[in-house]
Amino acid sequence: MISAGTRPRLAAKARLRWDRKAERWMLLYPERGLVLNPTAADVVQLCTGEHTVDTIVEKLAEKYTTQPREALEQEIVTFLGRLAERGLVSDHGE
Amino acid sequence: MSEDTAAPRPYTLVAELTYRCPLRCPYCSNPTDWARRDDALATEDWLRIFREAEDLGVVQLNLTGGEPLVRDDLEQLVEGARALDLYTNLITSAIPLTRTRLAGLAARGLNNVQISIQDVSAAASDRIAGLVSFERKLEAARWVKELGLPLTVNTVLHRDNLDRVAEVITLAESLSADRLELANTQYLGWALRNRAQLLPTREQLDRARDIARAARKRLQGRMEVLFVTPDYYAEFPKSCMDGWGRRFLVVSPDGLVLPCHVAHTLPGLTFDSAKTASLGDIWRGSSALNAFRGEAWMPEPCRSCDRRTIDFGGCRCQAFHLTGDAAATDPVCSLSPQHGLIDAAVAAAPGATPRTFEYRAR
Repeated sequence: MISAGTRPRLAAKARLRWDRKAERWMLLYPERGLVLNPTAADVVQLCTGEHTVDTIVEKLAEKYTTQPREALEQEIVTFLGRLAERGLVSDHGE
Repeated sequence: MSEDTAAPRPYTLVAELTYRCPLRCPYCSNPTDWARRDDALATEDWLRIFREAEDLGVVQLNLTGGEPLVRDDLEQLVEGARALDLYTNLITSAIPLTRTRLAGLAARGLNNVQISIQDVSAAASDRIAGLVSFERKLEAARWVKELGLPLTVNTVLHRDNLDRVAEVITLAESLSADRLELANTQYLGWALRNRAQLLPTREQLDRARDIARAARKRLQGRMEVLFVTPDYYAEFPKSCMDGWGRRFLVVSPDGLVLPCHVAHTLPGLTFDSAKTASLGDIWRGSSALNAFRGEAWMPEPCRSCDRRTIDFGGCRCQAFHLTGDAAATDPVCSLSPQHGLIDAAVAAAPGATPRTFEYRAR
C-alpha cells in the first residue's frame, strides 16, 4: 500500500496537536488519538501530498543523522502503513 | 486514546449542552427525568469549562446533548474550542441543521460531525426516532461531506434493526462516511425500561458481528467500522469510560461534573457543579469522582482478578441499576455472583410481547 513513490497526504479527519501536558505530539481523529514519537511527528508534518515517501525519508535522514538510513526508512514505511490502515493518510497520486 | 501512564488525566470532555431533543428514541441514555432539569450553563460558563478542561489535558471535545444544535450559542462554543486547539466533534440528530449553519460551524473550526441514523428505511428509522426525520438526516449527512468535513454515522442496534446491519453498512458507504459506529444498545435510562423490546437474540448478534467484521476488513483505510458488542452477551464487562474518572469528563446540562453521562442516577454520590467550582479542583477533589477510582473500592471477584486493570470492574451504573449496589461487580461479568440477572433477562427477551416502546418524553 505504501511504497517509495506514494505521496501521502493527511486525511481531513486527522489533526496534529502538541500535547503540552506530556510534551509530545498527538495525532487526533474522531474519538481517538495516537501518541507520536518525534520522527513520526516529523513524518506527519510532511504528509502534504506533495512529497513522496522517498523524499520524506531523505529529508528525515538529514535530520536524524545517527540513525542508519535503512532502519529509518523501515520505521517511516511501517508508520505510514499504520496510518493508511486507519484511513489517516491516502496517496495523493503522481 | 492510547495512553500508558496510570495517573488520571482526562483526554475527552463530553459537553452535554442540553437535554432538549426533537427525537424521542426509546433507548435514549439521557436521564428519564430529564424534562425536570434545566440547561443551567451560559455561554461563558461553557467557554470557561473548555479552558479548564484543556488545562487538565483534554484534547477531544464532544458537543452533545440532547441535541446540541438547539443552542443558539453553538457557533461561539465551536470558536472557543478551536482557539484552544481542541478536536471538536458535533454529535447530532441533524434535525435542526441547515446547510448554512453547518458551513458556519465548519468555518469556525468544527472537526467532525456525527449523525445518528436509526435504521435504513424512513418507516423504521422514524418509528424509533418518534419523528419524521430519516430523509433530513441523509440530506444533512451529504452536506457534511460536501463541505469537506469528516462524517461519522452512528446507528444504535437492537432487536428490530440488528438483522439489517449489512444495509446499515451499505447506507454509510453510500454517504461516504469516514466512520461507522454500530453501537448495540446499552441498557441504562430509557433503554433499561424498554429492555424486553430491545434486547436481540444471540443468533442475531453473532450474524451481525460476522457481517461487521467482514466489512471492517473490506473497508479498511476508507471507512472505520466499529461494532460495540452488547455486554449482555459478552463474557466480561466493558471497560466503561476507560475507568471511572480516569480518561473522560462529562459535564451535564445542569452543570454537574460526571465520570459518565448516567452517573448522576447513582444514589449516595454528590457530584460537584462546574458552575461554582473549577474543573481542576473538581477533577482532583470530587468525592464522587474519587469514589470508584483505583482498586480500593472493588469487591471480589474483581479485587483479585487479572482483568481489573483492563475493565476496571465494568460499569458502575449498570451494577447499581441491576443489583442495587453501585460497588458490586458489573453483573454482565460471567464471574459476577449476580450474573443470573443477565441470564434471566436474555432468556426472557426473545418471547417478549407486545412490541410497543415507552418513548422518551418530549
